[in-house]
Amino acid sequence: MKFLAEYRDTAAVRHWLSELQARITRPWTVMEICGGQTHSFLRFGLDELLPREIGLVHGPGCPVCVTPVELIDKAVAIASRPDVILCSFGDMLRVPGTRDDLFRVKSRGGDVRIVYSPLDAVELAKRHVDRDVVFFAVGFETTAPANAMAVLQAAEAGLKNFSVLVAHVRVPPAIEAILSSPQNCVQGFLAAGHVCTIMGTQEYDRLAERYHTPIVVTGFEPADLFQGLAMCVAQLESGQAHVEIQYSRSVRPEGNMVARSHIEKVFRIVDRKWRGIGVIPQSGLALRDEFREFDAEQRFATSDITAEESPECMAGDVLQGHVKPTACPAFGTRCTPEHPLGAPMVSSEGACAAYYRYRRQGAS
Amino acid sequence: MCLGIPGKILNKYERGGLCYGQVDFGGISKEICLAYVPDAQPGEYVIVHVGFAISRLDETEAMEQLALIREIDGLEEAAGQDVQTTEKDT
Repeated sequence: MKFLAEYRDTAAVRHWLSELQARITRPWTVMEICGGQTHSFLRFGLDELLPREIGLVHGPGCPVCVTPVELIDKAVAIASRPDVILCSFGDMLRVPGTRDDLFRVKSRGGDVRIVYSPLDAVELAKRHVDRDVVFFAVGFETTAPANAMAVLQAAEAGLKNFSVLVAHVRVPPAIEAILSSPQNCVQGFLAAGHVCTIMGTQEYDRLAERYHTPIVVTGFEPADLFQGLAMCVAQLESGQAHVEIQYSRSVRPEGNMVARSHIEKVFRIVDRKWRGIGVIPQSGLALRDEFREFDAEQRFATSDITAEESPECMAGDVLQGHVKPTACPAFGTRCTPEHPLGAPMVSSEGACAAYYRYRRQGAS
Repeated sequence: MCLGIPGKILNKYERGGLCYGQVDFGGISKEICLAYVPDAQPGEYVIVHVGFAISRLDETEAMEQLALIREIDGLEEAAGQDVQTTEKDT
């Protein structure tokens, strides 16, 4: 497949690995932000090829993992109503809420449907005018334009039975939260290629400068990841700290202006709680007032929810790169993809799921 | 979640005021919304995420990067270093 095979080509991967080896002279800790990158490192066994000077830590870039348990509980409450069709990306269904997950609601007869695109949910609303169709709008900046378009299309069609439960998060405030933490050990970042495809790199320039930390916007294939690391290490070794784009076949410094304007039209920036981490200022998106009628939280009274996390789950520490998934005593025993304690074990981008699936260390 | 897959635009058409197209992913084609890549033309490659094309792939940029690797590795080979043969990932 064009634009994939070239970046999995052994010669290209070896080339960038040898560049990385040639550039590194001392230990550096680098975080890959995106869960898709985490999975590539483990799926292709790239982490085992890294020079031992590289300490790779996995970041919070898994929207499914950081969606607060309160919102899962709200989705469960809404989906349990007989007049509702709740649509979601497949990843969300097994994520544990306080007592239930969406799969269990479905098994009890709730109408929970997996959709490929938010526009599929809008089509469902057009076909089922007697039901309320709710779309669970989860995601980073990459997904926000698609969800914005769904709201705009529903508004245009005058749909009264469509709403969205918004759980959108933004990457730059999360990077800032990591960098400003007294526990921070991250010296360089591989930023998420598809988030920056939409947003560009403007917000990252300030972070690189303020925290004197190199940020390399990186793709997802093996050659991309090693090239991104080689670029990041070259900056670290020479004392530089700026934003570079490795994933230049898709990312432009200004991002995708059409998509950005749609995000701005529909959403506003708000503080948002991240599961296991806490509230990060300015890190979320919510619907603007003019689209309030499409807000599922307004439409369905769900304010009496008191959410509780599993006390045993270490997801917060895993998501901030403080510990590796295998450091959790429950990993692979009391917490598995079939019976998860936390979201990173079920999401297709979760770090715990990646370690369980590709390494099986500590798994029984 | 932010998974994006490259695909080739086969055609373009409009429906309900939005631009769509069939996009080919190595043999499987699917209807994709092209509203966020208004200038993309059939034959071009785009990155697709949750049913939306989010960027046009810059073929020149991609080819230059790959050519650079071949050039550097070619120089190393000429300098007598051991360069392994290529195994194509299918």
